[in-house]
Amino acid sequence: MSAAVGGNGTHGGPHEPVFVGERRASLERLFGSYPTKQACLLPALWMVQDARGWISEPAIEEVAGVLDLTPAYVKGVVTFYTMYHTHPVGRHFIQVCTTSPCNICGAEDVVRALLEKTGCRELGATSPDGRFTVIEVECLGACGFPTPILIDDDFIEDVTPEKVPAILQRYA
Amino acid sequence: MGYPHPSHPKETVVLSKSFGDAGARSFDGWVERGGYEGLRKALGMSREALVEEVKASGLRGRGGAGFPTGLKWSFMPKDVVKPHYLVCNADESEPGTFKDREIMRWTPHALIEGCAIAAHAIGAERCYIYIRGEFTEPWRVMSAAVADAYAKGALGASAFGSGRRIDIVLHRGAGAYICGEETAMLNSIEGRRGNPRIKPPFPAVAGVFGMPTTVNNVETLAAVPHIIVRGAEWYKSLCLGNPKSTGTKLISICGHVQRPGNYEVTMGTPVRDILYDMAGGPRPGRTFKAIIPGGSSVPIMTREEAEEALFDYEGIVAKGSMLGSAGMIVMDDTTDMVYQIWRLARFYAHESCAQCTQCREGTAWTTKILERILSGRGKEEDFQLLLDLSEQMTGKTICVLSDSCAAPVVSGIRKFRGEFEAYLAGTHDPAMAAV
Repeated sequence: MSAAVGGNGTHGGPHEPVFVGERRASLERLFGSYPTKQACLLPALWMVQDARGWISEPAIEEVAGVLDLTPAYVKGVVTFYTMYHTHPVGRHFIQVCTTSPCNICGAEDVVRALLEKTGCRELGATSPDGRFTVIEVECLGACGFPTPILIDDDFIEDVTPEKVPAILQRYA
Repeated sequence: MGYPHPSHPKETVVLSKSFGDAGARSFDGWVERGGYEGLRKALGMSREALVEEVKASGLRGRGGAGFPTGLKWSFMPKDVVKPHYLVCNADESEPGTFKDREIMRWTPHALIEGCAIAAHAIGAERCYIYIRGEFTEPWRVMSAAVADAYAKGALGASAFGSGRRIDIVLHRGAGAYICGEETAMLNSIEGRRGNPRIKPPFPAVAGVFGMPTTVNNVETLAAVPHIIVRGAEWYKSLCLGNPKSTGTKLISICGHVQRPGNYEVTMGTPVRDILYDMAGGPRPGRTFKAIIPGGSSVPIMTREEAEEALFDYEGIVAKGSMLGSAGMIVMDDTTDMVYQIWRLARFYAHESCAQCTQCREGTAWTTKILERILSGRGKEEDFQLLLDLSEQMTGKTICVLSDSCAAPVVSGIRKFRGEFEAYLAGTHDPAMAAV
C-alpha cells in the first residue's frame, strides 16, 4: 500500500539500480494508489533512502526515469524536504528536537551531550568512526516528553543528558 | 485522559478513552470497545443526512482553524462527476501539539472509521492520510491497522458489504512543517515541493490532482464516529455555555508544568482548571509567566490573561489569542522571553517555503534582529523595526506562516517589553555571542 519505514542502508560505491526485483514490484503496486506516477515521488525517494541511506545524483536520475520526470524536477523536490539526505550520513542518524517547548526543558543540553558522546564535532558532521551523525531538527511533535530524539526510525522520548550514554550503546 | 497520566475528574473522556490501552489497536479490539458501529450506521445513511448530522453537532475543525466540519463537507459537489478525495491531515507539526500522534498510536481504527464515514459523506472513494515523516511509530501502527481494516472488510471495494468503495492510502511526509498547510499538503501528495497554493480555488472545487477534495484533521475525523453513533444532540450538549464551541477538545500541554500530557475537556472549561488541576500547576517554587494556548502560531498570553480565559474558540479570542490546535506551551518565571521568541522566529525562518518575499525575508530578518538584541548589540529602533516587519508579514502572503511568526513577536514585545529593554540597556547579560 505504501513505502515501508526502514533503517539506514549501505553507502557509496557505483550506483546500482534501486528499482529492481522486489523494490520495482512494490513501486509498481504503488502506482495503483495514485492517479499519476508523479505522486509516487515521495514514496519512491523513501525507498531509495531506505535502501541506500541517502539520495545520490545517480539515484535522482534513476527515480526520474522510472516516474517519467526530469532529474532537475526530482532534485527540486528532494531538496525541499529536510528528511531526505543528499549526502552520506553516519550509520545511525540522530535528530534532536530543539524547538521552543523542548528548548525550555533543556534540549540544548541534550544536543551538547549527544555531540560529546558520539564524537561528532559539530551538528551535521559524522563522527570519525562513521557511527553517528547528529542534527538539530524543528518540532518532532512530542512536546510533552522533552526531549524527544529520533535515532534512525526509533522515536525515543524523555531524553536527558544523563541518559545519552546508555541510549547510544544500543547502536553499534 | 491525561495520557500518560491517569484521567483527571475534570476531564470529559471521549476520544482519549483508550489512550494507553494497547488492546484497542487491533480491529477486533476496537470492535469490542464499540468501534465500527458508526461506520456501519453511516453506510446506511445518505450523504446529505451525514452532512446534516455533523453540521448539527457543531463540530469544528480541530487542526487549528475551527471551521465548521459539516459546512466544509457540504461544499463538495453533490454529483460525483469527477473523483472526489478525502485528505486527512496527520502532519501534526505545530510546536506544542502532540494529540494526533496519540490518536494514531492508540486508536488507529478511530481514525480509519472517521475517514471512512467522511469519505462516504463527501462522495469520495479514496482517502489519503498524510502522516509526517518523523512519526515512525504512528506510521507502523496505522499501516497495520489499515491492513487489518481491509482484511476485515471495513475498507475496500465494498465496505462492510455496502457496495460502497472506500480506500485508504497512507502517504508519508518527509520533513516540512509547511505541509501541514492544506494546499501545501495537496502538492506534497502530488509529488511536488510543499508550496501552499493561492486560494481560490478552494480544495472542494480543485484540490488534490485538481479534483474536489476535503481536508480534515485527525482529531476532527476521530470525533465523527461518536457523533454518528450517539447523535448530534449529545455532541452539542458537551458545552459549558457557548453554543459556538461544542464537543470535547484534546489539549496537549507541555513546558513548565508538573504533568505534561494530553487532556480532554468539554469546550468552555476554565483554562485555570487545565493549568493547575489537570497539568498540576508550576514546578515547586515557580510561577507561570506566559502561556501560548494554541500551538506556537498564536499570540502569547500572560499568566493573568490565561487564568481568566475559558477554553473554547471564542473564550481564548476574548483574551487576545486563539485556540488554534490547543497545543499549550507553558513558560514559568525562569524563562527568558526574548530568547524564546527568537527561538520561535528561528523555527518559522527555517520552515518558510520561501515563495513569498514577506515571509522568506521577514522571518529571516526577524530572527537576525532578535539575535542582535540577544547578543547585546540591540538598538532602541529595533522595537519599531520588528513591529514594522511584523506588520508587513501579516495578511500579505499566500499562507499564514509569516503571520504566525509575527504573532509571538508582536505580542511578546507588547507584553514583555521590559525583558527586551534589559538587553538593550545592558542590564541583562548577552544570551548569545555576537555574529
